[in-house]
Amino acid sequence: MIGVDVVPPGGDIGGMSFVRADIRNPVIAKVIAKEDVDTVVHLSIISTPLAGGGRSMMKELNVIGTMQLLAACQKSATVKTLVVKSTAHVYGASSRDPAMFTETSETRRAGGGYAKDVAEIEGYVRGFARRRPDVCVTTLRCANVIGPKVHSPMTSYLRLPLIPRRLGYDPRLQFLHEHDLYGALGHVLRSEVAGTFNLAGEGVMPLSQVVRRLQRPTLPVPSFGLGLLKSAHVAQVSPELRALLTFGRGIDTTRTREVLGFEPTYSTAAALDDFAQDLVPTGGRVERAIASLEAQLPSARAQRTLQESLDG
Amino acid sequence: MGDAEIIPIGTRGRPGRGTGRAPSAAARALAKPKSGPAPEPVEDAPTATPADLPQDAGVAAAAPAAPAAAEAPAYAPASTHDRGPLRHIPLAEWQAALDIAAREIFGEQWEPQLARFLAFLRRRVTGDYVVDEYGFDAELTQRFLVSLLRPIAHKWFRIEVRGLENVPTDGGALVVSNHSGTLPMDGLMTMVMLNDLTGRSLRPLGADLVFRLPIVGSLARKGGATLACSEDAERMLRGGELVGVWPEGFKGIGKPYSERYKLQRFGRGGFVSSALRTGVPIVPLSVVGAEEIYPLVGNIPALAKALGVPYLPITPFFPLLGPLGAIPLPSKWLMEFGEPIRTDEYDASAAEDPMLVFNVTDQVRETIQQTLYSLLMQRQSVFR
Repeated sequence: MIGVDVVPPGGDIGGMSFVRADIRNPVIAKVIAKEDVDTVVHLSIISTPLAGGGRSMMKELNVIGTMQLLAACQKSATVKTLVVKSTAHVYGASSRDPAMFTETSETRRAGGGYAKDVAEIEGYVRGFARRRPDVCVTTLRCANVIGPKVHSPMTSYLRLPLIPRRLGYDPRLQFLHEHDLYGALGHVLRSEVAGTFNLAGEGVMPLSQVVRRLQRPTLPVPSFGLGLLKSAHVAQVSPELRALLTFGRGIDTTRTREVLGFEPTYSTAAALDDFAQDLVPTGGRVERAIASLEAQLPSARAQRTLQESLDG
Repeated sequence: MGDAEIIPIGTRGRPGRGTGRAPSAAARALAKPKSGPAPEPVEDAPTATPADLPQDAGVAAAAPAAPAAAEAPAYAPASTHDRGPLRHIPLAEWQAALDIAAREIFGEQWEPQLARFLAFLRRRVTGDYVVDEYGFDAELTQRFLVSLLRPIAHKWFRIEVRGLENVPTDGGALVVSNHSGTLPMDGLMTMVMLNDLTGRSLRPLGADLVFRLPIVGSLARKGGATLACSEDAERMLRGGELVGVWPEGFKGIGKPYSERYKLQRFGRGGFVSSALRTGVPIVPLSVVGAEEIYPLVGNIPALAKALGVPYLPITPFFPLLGPLGAIPLPSKWLMEFGEPIRTDEYDASAAEDPMLVFNVTDQVRETIQQTLYSLLMQRQSVFR
């Protein structure tokens, strides 16, 4: 097992060997040829411009990197499986969308940098699958991945102490727990089912419910307010995330469950609860007020007195 | 607050506006009269108030002390410590009084009711509820939206429903209705009546404009609506929901008053294809009365275009009376569900046959139009 990245891994990587290489140059082809690689898992699609780079750098990493990787795979005789981690952003988010996207829904509506990159990448991957029918190509379109250790635009947005949200809109969101992402990748490698699959935790949750569960106060802002966060260096709210946080999106995972045979262990709600565990609540005053009011009710008082007399 | 020092007006220093010279007439009248009979009303009012106090549970501690202080000798600082009536009432009696008051207002079962309400409130605040994949919040709809609209449906429009036996009690079905009334009030009322009479939630299909608008869009999703597209319609029908569709769309709802009860074109018949593909019955619904709630006498197309809405209504009261013009006229409503049109006899390829789709669309349209005419004949007048 070989990991390829431009920065060395920080912690223990177990029995994996590591090659420091840039995906954009042909070194990657040498790695694949030399090590007789039979399975390629492509996880390197970045969703936000890097600190130094900017949009053109991001596009180069995403699109040119994928093209290099696919070119290397096509030349290799040993590659049998290709797994690409894509994203549900490829469907876009607008008021004209169906409630639940299936894998056959069109993806051309996607606007914005990241979503456009992913749409292009998926196009190249489909082209590769056509040219190399002997390789099992699986694309996973994942909902927003969250978890206590995940750092992404979505999690940094949800970690804000005061969550700004678009005035008058309550988008439907879906989450995927990071463990389920790893589980799904492992499952795909074992089962070798080709195709495109939506991956998300069960159930959808409106943003209003998400912030209530996180016990975080919100600030309704007009449409440009979410964009200001980026200029204020508070959080990176990309155009596609802004669209998602306005209109919401749902992806249908029936095909993943029935054809791929994978079912996420965390539902959207469970993934969010796990994410919320490490978070310090910044709100929740109303809940405490209601709880204290409940404790003041005569029956609750009587129960307490009874309990005290039983104890004492 | 309890130990605040109360200084009755005109008891300390020289009354007046601080000129240092003669006090004003009003200040002299307020100050304790040096001679002559005291004005009667000033004497009466404070004596009556303390007697009422024990029953009046909600009064704050400082309030009862104020009239009492008026009787105090002038120039002596008064505080509630020494003579507030509150001091003599133990806490337990306050609680008992509150209990009795609550029982008076909310009935014998007030406590479990309040506990249930608080539990509901807490569930909402902590986000401990479930919405379905379309964003339908059943609890919120039941406890908030429907309860809010119910009096309007029953008391204001006095809706009469006929042919309720034509609505299937379970399984998917497509309710197709005429559309009118400038604002989609007929959709909301159909939701309320079906909820009250059959216990089923109608899931309306709305135009994309509804979901583009702030507040309206999120409320519509919470109320069970979703976008009127074949994917969502078929998904809901396969899921066994009672789906409502208004195929006239904006053409129907925004038509002038002079064209009332004339059905507009029924779109492209997409709803028929969806019903054919899923094999659910089509239930035609005719609504009489919604045309008169906001009689549309004019339109401002230029402004509507600028605002991005299909029409900007002028009714006899809007925008003339401003927000008051948004109150619908209390017309008498009749709703009739027609006999269901079965689609399960057609095979799967029927949805791809345009001629069949057009025929079924026309059949539904004709049924609704004929029922509208017969209902109009039965109605005594617009408001009765």
